[in-house]
Amino acid sequence: MKITQGTFSFLPDLTDEQITKQIQYCIDNDWAVGIEFTNDPHPRNTYWEMWDLPMFDIRDAAGILYELNACRKVYGDNHYIRLSAFDNTHGWESIKLSFIVNRPKVEDPGFRLVRQEVDGRSIRYTTQAYSTDKPSSERYRD
Amino acid sequence: MSEIKSFNLQKAFEASGVKEVLDELDRDLIGLLPVKTRIHETASLLLVNKAREELNLSKIQPSLHMSFTGNPGTGKTTVAMRMAKLLYRLGYVRKGHLVLVTRDDLVGQYIGHTAPKTKEILKKAMGGVLFIDEAYYLYRPENERDYGQEVIEILLQVMEDHRDDLVVILAGYADKMDKFFSSNPGFRSRVAHHIDFPDYSDDELFEIAIKMLKEQNYVLGDNAVTILKEYIAKRREQPHFANARSIRNGLDRAILRQANRLFNKGDVELNAKDLSEIDYEDFALSRVLKSKPPTQP
Ligand SMILES: Nc1ncnc2c1ncn2[C@@H]1O[C@H](COP(=O)(O)OP(=O)(O)O)[C@@H](O)[C@H]1O
Repeated sequence: MKITQGTFSFLPDLTDEQITKQIQYCIDNDWAVGIEFTNDPHPRNTYWEMWDLPMFDIRDAAGILYELNACRKVYGDNHYIRLSAFDNTHGWESIKLSFIVNRPKVEDPGFRLVRQEVDGRSIRYTTQAYSTDKPSSERYRD
Repeated sequence: MSEIKSFNLQKAFEASGVKEVLDELDRDLIGLLPVKTRIHETASLLLVNKAREELNLSKIQPSLHMSFTGNPGTGKTTVAMRMAKLLYRLGYVRKGHLVLVTRDDLVGQYIGHTAPKTKEILKKAMGGVLFIDEAYYLYRPENERDYGQEVIEILLQVMEDHRDDLVVILAGYADKMDKFFSSNPGFRSRVAHHIDFPDYSDDELFEIAIKMLKEQNYVLGDNAVTILKEYIAKRREQPHFANARSIRNGLDRAILRQANRLFNKGDVELNAKDLSEIDYEDFALSRVLKSKPPTQP
């Protein structure tokens, strides 16, 4: 299944050209762009691993794409990678835009719905990613 | 979409603001005739190349990496800034900023430190121009474990793969740069434009001095013309002479002496002329004028 998290995730995957334009938009707004990756796609997994530090002081999107490609080389085959743009304006101090820029090369197995019977006839629902059934080093591999 | 069939170079020249940058260059910089000529030529070449691109006659992004060679203070950094602006107007870099670095900004202190440091700088420079002053210090043949080698490798890669993302200018002394190029053929083949910066003549330095004073709203007093000329001639004889930079430093000291001189006048009213004129005495006390020319060994 296709994981839909962050902006644009219901659209077809963005091309590098489209990603570049989004990055430039972030830079032009003075947002710091960070690269993050994970192989745990659970929607409540908010804090992904960071690839180096968030980048500010960069004038052109090519600088960030350069780093994204370095991250793809290492993690691209079996991780999700996203870009997050942080606005440090006083009062905002939060992420303004975040979108997926890379998906694992193998189809995501999706989520299992778990029903837990509690307190007589009540049921608690929870989701679990099939991918996380495996240890981290074995996920998203054929 | 209609196909473009013709291209008016003169219109593009004026509309893009390229003319403006070149005019500024000619006006603001004293002397440097060969440099100015080379830059005009480069601008024409690039403009024609754009026209050819528009008419589908050419697809390849020309290599724009350059080397600026010449002694210190001959205007290499100053011209590089203009060059960045020019390339931006011509549409060859997207932002047109200049990132100025030396070996220390690129080379790390320990294993694993160099690559991220160099990449950090490259990322900042993307969309603009990376100016590496005294670039040959990246290469230390006497030390085979020198981390400079790592910088060179990353740099060569980026100069090749990211031609349309950034332009690299290598700067420094001509003879050292020559040696650097001959021991690093990778650079030689990637650097297409070589511009040589000649030393300034005494007259040019004098003109530069007047201009620098004017920029700070100072004027040279009539009684100081001769002594400034003498100062320039003598300063050239001294070790570590750095062309226009030495003149800038000399003027800074003259301005300091003028302030002292005015202050020591005590309780008097000073007018605008008093406050802006650099006089004979402001140079007379200079160490440079007192020194004898160094004897040749
Ligand atoms: N042709 C010139 N006209 C006016 N000022 C100049 C000229 N060339 C150099 N300068 C001034 O001299 C100083 C040193 O120049 P710079 O470009 O830093 O030299 P380099 O990079 O070759 O060492 C700067 O302050 C610059 O403004």
